Amino acid sequence: MEHTESVRFFNRGPSPAARLVFFSLLSLLLLFIDARYKYLESTRSAISTLVYPVQRLATLPVTLWREAGEFFVTQNGLIHDNEQLREQHVLDAARLQQLQMLQAENGQLRKLLDVQQRSDYRMQLAEIVYVERDVFQRKLFVDKGSQANVLPGQIVMDDNGIIGQVTRVYPWLSEITLVTDKDHAVPVQIVRNGLRAIVFGSGDTGDLSLRYMPVNSDIQNDDELVTSGIDGTYPPGIPVARVNHIERDPAYPFARILCTPIAGVNNQRFLLILSGERKLPPRPESATEDSKGLGKKGKRKMLP
Amino acid sequence: MITSSPKDREFLLPASPVFIALTLFVALLLDWLPWSGMWLVLRPDFVALVLLYWCTHKPHRVGIGIAWMMGILADVADASLFGQHALAYAVLAFGGIVLHRRVQMFDLRQQTLQIFPLVLLSYTVYAAVHWQLHGYIAWEYFSGSMISTLLWAPLTLLLQALRRPNTDDEL
Repeated sequence: MEHTESVRFFNRGPSPAARLVFFSLLSLLLLFIDARYKYLESTRSAISTLVYPVQRLATLPVTLWREAGEFFVTQNGLIHDNEQLREQHVLDAARLQQLQMLQAENGQLRKLLDVQQRSDYRMQLAEIVYVERDVFQRKLFVDKGSQANVLPGQIVMDDNGIIGQVTRVYPWLSEITLVTDKDHAVPVQIVRNGLRAIVFGSGDTGDLSLRYMPVNSDIQNDDELVTSGIDGTYPPGIPVARVNHIERDPAYPFARILCTPIAGVNNQRFLLILSGERKLPPRPESATEDSKGLGKKGKRKMLP
Repeated sequence: MITSSPKDREFLLPASPVFIALTLFVALLLDWLPWSGMWLVLRPDFVALVLLYWCTHKPHRVGIGIAWMMGILADVADASLFGQHALAYAVLAFGGIVLHRRVQMFDLRQQTLQIFPLVLLSYTVYAAVHWQLHGYIAWEYFSGSMISTLLWAPLTLLLQALRRPNTDDEL
């Protein structure tokens, strides 16, 4: 306390307490604006251009270490990898041919039935710069941003399934919220019986949970969940998770169902950003979305 | 140097603005290393520590304003809300300035005990903001405050050692 007096004696501007109040109020104001509105996104991306070089500098040692590790691979390992990849390639090529045939057939059938065509998604490869900057959040940063035409809301996947969604775009970086982020929701369908559901991230563990599924719903262990594509954000049919734990307690209206993500949410370096035609839903699309929402609400009302 | 005790002399070591900026920059770099998983949970907050060091050792040079600006940079890098780190660092800097006389009187062990509540307070502010907005708290987050506190003594020794040869260059 003597200190504050000495400050006043030398007249060095406002006291620390006054400064604290000022900066706290400023922080609270910024917090409020940032949490409720989107006004600060441009400021954020402006500051991020300053921050970005430093961030790259910080990741440099790890990148160098990794690259050094890659440099010293044995020939034996390379030969082995090559063989494996070649085999995989042959298999994939065969599957791809089948897929093309099926796609053509599917397109034809859809045309016959007058159903909207499934649109193609272009993919963009991005490398992870940062993993989870914060204990509270499940987020990644990848090295493609608005310079590479990444848009917020685009879907990110690896070769196995959904990883997450682009939530914020900076000039050279974009932020990806993982499916395991707390309360991140993905509309899914069970492959076995087509049951619709929504899978939520659980935050601190790598698990996902299927919420609001009645105790008697037809879900089994090892059921695969794929995106249903109903919301128009996620393309349909991409694997999301596998059910690994079901708890049916008749005391609660809903079963407790845990799933593990199929994609390597925590162990990839390169990811695919699905870009290109974001299905801007034409009318039939939005109509189905509405009817789904209504149906859900209706069901909830009818339950009791 | 006029003062008698060597401990006081430590606090009177000069610090050029360039050196202060450099330490803060290095702290940012350390914070932004790609920590992940368990290491992220245990990551000490280097920026907070360095800020606290300067706030207790040179309270007229580094104050709440600089702490706040570092917080804004951290907010952008960590994709946390604008003001979340800034508020936590401002509170931390205020604590450091208020306690700077007391910290100067103690040896490193006692200093560590003194700064622990400050670091914990700053962590709590950060977590409280998160809790207020998202409704949950990851308790393991607080383990970082312990590690940060334990790093206070080595960090102080390091910075003091770095400032000492600087005296020849600066004077």
